[in-house]
Amino acid sequence: MELKELYQEIILDHGKNPRNLKKSDNFNKDAAGHNPLCGDKVHVFLKVDENNKISDIAFEGSGCAISMASASIMTDLMKEKKEVEVRELVDDFLEMIKKNPELKSKILAEDEKTKLMSLSGVKKYPMRVKCATMAWHTLTSAMQNSNKEKSD
Amino acid sequence: MNIDNIKKQFPIFDNKVQNNDLVYLDSANSSQKPKVVVDRIYDFYTKEFSNVGRSVHYLAVAATNLYENTRTLVQKYINASDPNEIVFTKGATEAINLVANTFGQKFLQEGDEILLTELEHHSNYVPWHYLRRSKGVKIKFAEFNSDGEVTIESIEKNITSKTKMIAITHLSNVTGAILPIKEITRLAHSKNIPVLVDGCQGAPHLKLDMQDIGCDFYAISCHKMYGPTGLGVLYAKKKWLDALPPYQGGGGMIREVKKEGITFGDLPNKYEAGTMATAQVIAFGESIKFLNKIGIENIEAYESQLTQYGEEVLRKNNSVKLIGSPKNKGSVLSFTLDGIHAHDIATILDEDGVAIRAGHHCCQILHDKLGLSATARASLGVYNTKEDIDKLNESLNKCKKIFDR
Repeated sequence: MELKELYQEIILDHGKNPRNLKKSDNFNKDAAGHNPLCGDKVHVFLKVDENNKISDIAFEGSGCAISMASASIMTDLMKEKKEVEVRELVDDFLEMIKKNPELKSKILAEDEKTKLMSLSGVKKYPMRVKCATMAWHTLTSAMQNSNKEKSD
Repeated sequence: MNIDNIKKQFPIFDNKVQNNDLVYLDSANSSQKPKVVVDRIYDFYTKEFSNVGRSVHYLAVAATNLYENTRTLVQKYINASDPNEIVFTKGATEAINLVANTFGQKFLQEGDEILLTELEHHSNYVPWHYLRRSKGVKIKFAEFNSDGEVTIESIEKNITSKTKMIAITHLSNVTGAILPIKEITRLAHSKNIPVLVDGCQGAPHLKLDMQDIGCDFYAISCHKMYGPTGLGVLYAKKKWLDALPPYQGGGGMIREVKKEGITFGDLPNKYEAGTMATAQVIAFGESIKFLNKIGIENIEAYESQLTQYGEEVLRKNNSVKLIGSPKNKGSVLSFTLDGIHAHDIATILDEDGVAIRAGHHCCQILHDKLGLSATARASLGVYNTKEDIDKLNESLNKCKKIFDR
């Protein structure tokens, strides 16, 4: 059943108890994302160190299980990643959600990939893809430190 | 009222949706269409098509008569005193924009106030917002109470000597509250203030009598009223349509066009610039006939019973929290479900063929006040049954099951 693929336990877990859901202290980059269609909101905070590495990442927001789980998993995976790795991971994730059957990047460990692939059930629900991608687009904006609202 | 017979008149229910029987609970968003309406569009395009109001050939004359027939049908349906008080628009949104724009241009000045309610759909707020910028008018919002109702007292205390227009919904698309529009109109008129009613949710469900209500403007969305998309109706008292300037300029709305100046046509042409949604207007005549055949009083009674049943069933479900409990309630059941976001509910329900709406339903002010980013909404139409409500409840329990794993 497709619903079970969409609402996998790992999604429900992260959706109900999102990790890194707080306004991080000492952040130096951030961006807000908003889906005006459904009212979902996410604000991503980053601390990027002098080596262009994310030393801390957190988010604030409210939304459906998919959007909260996606932001939660994303922030978990991005810790300690370099800017170029972040960009690669974001592109890889967005391609996977849109069309690719698997993640291509070699950056993540197998268990991390499994965690991220738990969001792949969204593919069969075109109206819900934006729920899964909003945090990732917002992360990109935060990296560019474009503090503008992104209406995706 | 034989509901089986009515449902059979809607072809959409003949087919499965993703292998399920369709349980359509999104009529406040847009209603399904009876076969007579769909057929009328086909027949018009295949056998009778011509533009209206311009040429003298046979088809043009016949099409013009059909088009004007609908105007008369609508006039009688809402008991307007003159067919020229019926203006066709591209939707209720355009109808409200027409009034806000032309009324604002002619009658409003800096500091004037427009009184809305916190229940309003964005389409009865955003058009007035433009006047804030262009004219410096002030917009006030009459508050709704804990039952999700706007009372006459709430309106009254917001009226000042500066109030120049009261624009209110007939029936809230979120709480289902039916506003006392007749009493509000009496109050407003006693202070010389015109009233616009956003009738998007009222018109499909409630008996309309413009003489009895007495409002100055009433906006209708035809696609929510078992009619085609791309069409709305603005009812306006003739004195206003005479007094206000034209809205859009173009063909059909003029009397004489010279290099040095233009004079405008008579009603209703003055407000119907360009080629109108001809096929939709003609097909909408069938929607009115469809409603007349069942009788709006019968529809009101049936839907009120069904709404009550829906409230009972959902109240018994401990996980469900209904939004608003107005004493006078229309066919709308908005709710939240413990710990499950409205979009997740809608996706899970969809898997069972239960179509609802999730989100802010174009009422962000209302949702902000309630501290909710989104709610789920089941809304009823003439084809819905108690079984549909039971199926909704069953699927809501399934949501709990999936999320409580």
